Amino acid sequence: MAKTALKAGARFKSTVCDTQVMVVKAPAGEFELRCGGADVVGATAPAAAGGTLDPALSGETLIGKRYVNADESLELLCTKGGKGTLSLDGVALEIKQAKQLPSSD
Amino acid sequence: MNISTILDMAAEAFGDRIGVVSGGQRYTYAELREAAYRAARRFKASGAAYVALLDVNSPAAPVALFGAAYAGIPYVPLNYRLTPVEINKLLARVAPAVLVTSVDFSGKLEQRADIQVIDRAEFLSLPEGGDELPQPDEDPRAIAVQLFTSGTTGEPKAAILRHENLMSYIVGTVEFAAAEEDDAIVVTVPPYHIAGISAVLSSTYACRRMVQMENFEAAAWLDACRENSVSNAFLVPTMLQRIVDHLVEAGSQPQLPALRALAYGGGKMPLSTIAKAMQLFPTVDFTNAYGLTETSSTIAVLGPDDHRAAAASSDPAVQRRLASVGKPGAVEIEIRDDSGKVLGAEEAGLVFVRGPQVSGEYLSLGSQLDDDGWFPTKDRGYLDAEGYLFLDGRADDVIVRGGENISPGEIEDVLLGHPAVADVAVVAMPDEQWGEGVAAAVVLKSGASASVAELQELVRGKLRSSRVPQAIVFKDALPYNELGKVLRRIIRQEFV
Repeated sequence: MAKTALKAGARFKSTVCDTQVMVVKAPAGEFELRCGGADVVGATAPAAAGGTLDPALSGETLIGKRYVNADESLELLCTKGGKGTLSLDGVALEIKQAKQLPSSD
Repeated sequence: MNISTILDMAAEAFGDRIGVVSGGQRYTYAELREAAYRAARRFKASGAAYVALLDVNSPAAPVALFGAAYAGIPYVPLNYRLTPVEINKLLARVAPAVLVTSVDFSGKLEQRADIQVIDRAEFLSLPEGGDELPQPDEDPRAIAVQLFTSGTTGEPKAAILRHENLMSYIVGTVEFAAAEEDDAIVVTVPPYHIAGISAVLSSTYACRRMVQMENFEAAAWLDACRENSVSNAFLVPTMLQRIVDHLVEAGSQPQLPALRALAYGGGKMPLSTIAKAMQLFPTVDFTNAYGLTETSSTIAVLGPDDHRAAAASSDPAVQRRLASVGKPGAVEIEIRDDSGKVLGAEEAGLVFVRGPQVSGEYLSLGSQLDDDGWFPTKDRGYLDAEGYLFLDGRADDVIVRGGENISPGEIEDVLLGHPAVADVAVVAMPDEQWGEGVAAAVVLKSGASASVAELQELVRGKLRSSRVPQAIVFKDALPYNELGKVLRRIIRQEFV
């Protein structure tokens, strides 16, 4: 499977659901970023056909939530929700608990 | 990474929700995005290096901000209160540019071939111009917003905020779609101020309806809040002071049942004002927000619980927190002395800040961050043992008397404690013996009186003799800028 460098600011989309993400922060190196069991592609890439969502990886993504790996070295912002589960090198990402500040503006 | 993602997400999740209300105009998030798309096409076709705005609050401000982001062109809102000479100088620095303005200000402009002027009404009714969606620039280092500083010393500096700075601030401090369907925030800060930029970005990300006001006036603000069932507001201290004064003079209650949260910042809040405001709005959550242009807005907040705890406490260390700007938000803060040594709790020095939202960068001057990424705010202050930050004025305002650093703030606090004193500013004055001496401009309450000797004696009793103002002048009012910052450079001229 294809490994991709994840740079802060890069945007990706799922090939099997509507999910789109933006990289907020990422460790150096190349990783297998998937959604719903299939590799993600660049957000501006032409729509890829034929992918099917793996039912075991359909835990859904929610717009506005941040997804992180165990040590929080990777953080993705979901900019569009979908049905697939996000995973990094085969491990499902978790929703980051927001540190919500009182509204200042 | 591009701040246009903020509007994309709001339009995606709550396209039908009203995003902007301005007089009789209303835009849903979907309509706001469509208007920003059209603006982006127009900006791209212009070949401009900048998108400038010279106008009061209107839907054109968010449309131009997001439109510029979609087009990948820096957005530069200008201060419409500047003189024509100052405005035209700034325009020369951003040419070639597209300038969105209104008839109120177009008379101030010199005609230039490299500034394409679009009237606000025309800008808000641009033709569709094609189905192609803009593909925003993804470079996180691209410049999103450029703001000219007020330029109290010399030419205004061009502070730049990159997409990564503003996105870090929003994603790090605001919960997406946190607002309820009925929530609304009233926006009174002008579009050229960092608080005006962050109001648009935060409100859009929270999917909170913005109610725009062109100008601030206490009675009109109360009316606007009532008519629009406003739940949230941001005010600079002078605005809150005027609202408090208005309510006290009228002897009336605010009668704003929908108002839940009131944030303030942009200058020092007098303790008497916030204390009175908390009495007038007992159910409202108050938040003090401290931030700078160069830090993409808020870096520290004193939250509602801190306000209530301070007001209710009999412990002086907790009580005084009402005068604090709170704890760091999504950044780190440290205090250093003049030699760069990091100071401990309760030790006053210079405030440094570090974090992804901190740009600390000016065009042509470059980055002001040190090797470890810390930005010198040039504010003075200290942290208490629990990490609450207290500010003590600008480093530039410190009076150096015979090698001793004197902060105007502590003297001002003492003078404000005199029952006859309504307002005061302490500044440096030239002194042959000491290099600099202490001077004070004092405004007395109407009908009240106090002598120079009496005020000097008050300071001598509470502080050291070196703090006693050697000159005191009485004024009818102190000079303030439109956002409530006292203009010390003008007061200093009184004592030259």
